[in-house]
Amino acid sequence: MTFEELEKEHREALFNYLLYLGDDRLILGHRLSEWCGHGPILEEDIALANIALDCIGQASNFLKLAGEVEGTGRSEDDLAYHREAIDFKNIIMVELPKGDFAFTIARQFLFSAYSHLLFEQLQHTNIEELSALSSKCAKEVRYHLRHTSEWMLRLGDGTEESHQRTQNALNDVWMYTGEMFEENQVEKRLFEKGKSNESTQIWNEWKKIVAKAISKATLDMPEDGYMMSGGRSGRHSEHLGHLLAEMQILPRSFPEAKW
Amino acid sequence: MILTKENILNILDEVKDPEIPVISVLELGIVRDVHVDGEKVMVDITPTYSGCPANRAIEQSIISTLRSKGFGNPTIRIVHSPPWTTDWITKEGKRKLKEYGIAPPGSADSEDWSPFGNLHRVVQCPFCDSEKTRLTSEFGSTACKALYYCENCQQPFEYFKCI
Repeated sequence: MTFEELEKEHREALFNYLLYLGDDRLILGHRLSEWCGHGPILEEDIALANIALDCIGQASNFLKLAGEVEGTGRSEDDLAYHREAIDFKNIIMVELPKGDFAFTIARQFLFSAYSHLLFEQLQHTNIEELSALSSKCAKEVRYHLRHTSEWMLRLGDGTEESHQRTQNALNDVWMYTGEMFEENQVEKRLFEKGKSNESTQIWNEWKKIVAKAISKATLDMPEDGYMMSGGRSGRHSEHLGHLLAEMQILPRSFPEAKW
Repeated sequence: MILTKENILNILDEVKDPEIPVISVLELGIVRDVHVDGEKVMVDITPTYSGCPANRAIEQSIISTLRSKGFGNPTIRIVHSPPWTTDWITKEGKRKLKEYGIAPPGSADSEDWSPFGNLHRVVQCPFCDSEKTRLTSEFGSTACKALYYCENCQQPFEYFKCI
């Protein structure tokens, strides 16, 4: 079915869910783009910029659809550039500063593994527009997962320095990973009929993929402990405000600016 | 020119990809359909990559080309499903890619897409046809290309990666 056939309550849930998908990728894409011109080698600079471009392109599609589902005439640009931090629904992990190269790679790897599983499932959802965008993302994310898992191996099984930094990155980011798999009211409402997104099942699958790469890279799997939460309901870390200030300044200073 | 689907398709064959100006939007396989209704023309387009900056340039190029041929008010409809695959690039398109110095994509089915799948694809050098080539980076100058190096003729080249 198309989103227009959804009842009002489900349509609102879908709008929120599309913000989850769009905001995660918009904010992470922005963080990745900060490497442009600063990559450790030219090829990697290009690779990170390409992955950032994929993320931002995916975000643009999800936010465009969100605007259509909401039905008040907001475009993807309105949603990206004219919302406050509290209105953003991304998980906290993606807004954390880019850190060193090991942190960027570890985070991107963990997020890509999650996105891979998520979109493999979401492409079978019965909401046509969401299914179409997800099948596109599923293909692109395979490249991100392959690229970042190769880096995990190289860094973890590399020098003492690269090993230690990658282990530190994993340990530091781990408490932010739980938010990717949080059960929330929006998903429950949206997928109660023919639920396509089983968070717990994805979490288990994710742990298998991640554990395999981590052990291959001679790294230690961090232990599950306290997990950060709040991003989905607009409670963010201090970093998001700074990021938005930079990302939004041009459209906010010149609202109708065109190239 | 009379407004028929066939005529529109012929015109679209003149609209080139802005990044790879030897290959047309038809050869690239992104034109899914053309609808002619009275005086109106609508072209269905499937984007290549979500973030490809050429998407918008291609849409504008299609519109301006159709206008310049006298078809007043063409519209573009973006169709996301099924997603574009490099398997839709025509045989002729692949030949032109190679001639331009870009190794054409293999079949998307032949790739091992599992999370840690082995990359055992063989890419032929577009210059000397040698198969003694190696991957430099999965990401290149545009979203759709990877960087390769030919051990035989010692030339770097680009590979249109399959998706």
